[in-house]
Amino acid sequence: MGDFDFGVIIQSLPFLWEGLQLSLLLTFLAIIGGLVLGTLLALARLSGIVPLALFAAGYVNLIRAVPLILVIFWFYFLVPLALGRPIGGFYSALIAFVMFEAAYYSEIMRAGIQSVARGQVHAGKATGLGYWQIQRFIVLPQAFRNMIPILVTQGIILFQDTSLVFVVSLRDLMTASSIVARTEGRLVEMYLFAALVYFVICFSGSLFVRRLQTRMAT
Amino acid sequence: MIEMENVSKWYGDFRVLTDCTTKVAKGEVVVVCGPSGSGKSTLIKCVNGLEPVQQGRITVDGADVTAKGAKLTNLRSKIGMVFQHFELYPHMSVRDNLCLAQEKVLGRSRAEAEARTETLLTRVGMIDHISKYPGQLSGGQQQRVAIARALAMDPIAMLFDEPTSALDPEMIKEVLDVMVQLAREDGMTMMVVTHEMGFARKVADRVVFMDEGAIVEDRPTQDFYDDPSSERAKDFLSKILNH
Amino acid sequence: MNYNWNWSVLFEPEYFGWLISGLGWTISVALCAWVIALVVGSLVGVGRTLPNRLVSTLCTAYVELFRNIPLLVQMFIWYFAVPEMVPEEAGRWMKRDMPQPEFTTAVVALGLYTASRVAEQVRAGIETVPHGLKSAATAQGMSIAQVYRYVLLPISFRLIVPPMTSEFLTVFKNSSLALTIGLLELTAQSQQIAEYTFQSFEAYTAATVIYVLIALCATVIMSLLERQTRIPGYSGKEN
Repeated sequence: MGDFDFGVIIQSLPFLWEGLQLSLLLTFLAIIGGLVLGTLLALARLSGIVPLALFAAGYVNLIRAVPLILVIFWFYFLVPLALGRPIGGFYSALIAFVMFEAAYYSEIMRAGIQSVARGQVHAGKATGLGYWQIQRFIVLPQAFRNMIPILVTQGIILFQDTSLVFVVSLRDLMTASSIVARTEGRLVEMYLFAALVYFVICFSGSLFVRRLQTRMAT
Repeated sequence: MIEMENVSKWYGDFRVLTDCTTKVAKGEVVVVCGPSGSGKSTLIKCVNGLEPVQQGRITVDGADVTAKGAKLTNLRSKIGMVFQHFELYPHMSVRDNLCLAQEKVLGRSRAEAEARTETLLTRVGMIDHISKYPGQLSGGQQQRVAIARALAMDPIAMLFDEPTSALDPEMIKEVLDVMVQLAREDGMTMMVVTHEMGFARKVADRVVFMDEGAIVEDRPTQDFYDDPSSERAKDFLSKILNH
Repeated sequence: MNYNWNWSVLFEPEYFGWLISGLGWTISVALCAWVIALVVGSLVGVGRTLPNRLVSTLCTAYVELFRNIPLLVQMFIWYFAVPEMVPEEAGRWMKRDMPQPEFTTAVVALGLYTASRVAEQVRAGIETVPHGLKSAATAQGMSIAQVYRYVLLPISFRLIVPPMTSEFLTVFKNSSLALTIGLLELTAQSQQIAEYTFQSFEAYTAATVIYVLIALCATVIMSLLERQTRIPGYSGKEN
């Protein structure tokens, strides 16, 4: 048992806080992007249009078969190439996360859309509403409400996933902790602290989801 | 055989049974009836300790079910129970459903268990289905197997919790016939929660009528039907005897 | 977009060998971790459903702990922090004499993490078994252990085969995290090839295709398993 210096944690708090901010920002933006894209993918799969449905299904199944790290590598390489110029690491990572999480959000939204009773769609059609109107005003709001607990849970998973930007040295909480750990030689303290921060955030998140679920059941 | 004294039970603050006292003598058939929510299913589940009681005493063949540290597994192996939803083990064939407890609880050999199984299945008319799975049987067939499964333990008493309530009308008779045979030919001690008044009139020695957790009437069958003494019983009978 | 395509680079013996080696490590890590996950996860999942308060609380604590910390952090803790936290002797062994430290650490970390997810599946499976079946078994005089062994567990394990397929697949994907502690599994190797040959597109495609094939195999195996263990006429709902 070596001697542990937990003072290192206090000293590096500002640095870690910046890393955490990046993690949270990435999470937040990826949730929004992933949700929007995922909903579109879900609608595509459920639309009657065969090529569209096949494309969406193909995309979702491909992404879900592949590790996130590989997807991050892919987009780190592809995005600057496609744009013809170098782009900040943050944006490549963000695009990677949005494209990745969209596949998972699409499955959630697909279940949500299917959980809305068909009668609702019929009622909308009967009053002359068009497809997009029905989706926007009738189906999607209900689908979204039904799926809120699962969507939040997926958000918590996304937050944990952001730690993987470590592989491209983007300075999130994990990478920041790792930098301090190596430069100060304080591996135990820093990694345990990082674990603690993630635990507190994710556990609180899951308690929040549970409260949501009991509130929604009544 | 089965004796209940001042049994009371609460779920939290809600009192489900109030001072229930009754007995079922050896060889007797007692029908427990009453409106839904009257506690009759709860009462019968207390007899073999599936539901605990907070007050009162229940003894089966002299053994105290309600005593602290009572050896319930031993006791339960001597009491057969038939459930409203049959509760056959879906992942086992009919044969294995009957053999399982015989081998694991009573310690019988596989050969013994299978012999007893075949005898009982023949008796309830289900021998041809011995290798089938519960999911492949109709409700009436499943319930007959369930009765055979309970009998396989050679019980001293049988408890029935609304055995025909989940059955389609055309299947009720086949199950009741088995139960009538059990009462008349085997002289089995039976406590039956049911709405089937025809069955009660045929074989029940006594009828216990419950309402809101309490035993309101406890009288010989014929007396109960000819001349119920309480308003609630009269009301109940008029409702169910009219269809 | 200027990019020189050269798919043949994948089939050069050296690089092809890297891919195969990476695949080998990926499969090894995933399967070993899966075994740990099944054993530990089943125990913990059952533990959560037992009436004994102490046991169920400990099992719940296990699940919450391993579920709310990212796998990457867990792997780093096992690899970097644990050897420093255990007594000198054990620590030195872990750092110097333990065979294949990256592999072993990855297996332990991934196994225990996945165990928490398996535990949740097992728990959900047990809770889905209709209560009446537990009553029926209890009414026949079976002890709690017998009720679990002959009724609850056989049924719940069959019920959870479909969701477990997803967990099985996830283990293969999560094995890629081992590259952060230096294990040259498939994703790491594809990155290596990309760095050496500058043929990133080809390299990543190779890895992607292989992962898709793994996913297909895993799905086929699990659906065969599901067919074998299906209970005739039963879907897990109350009749």
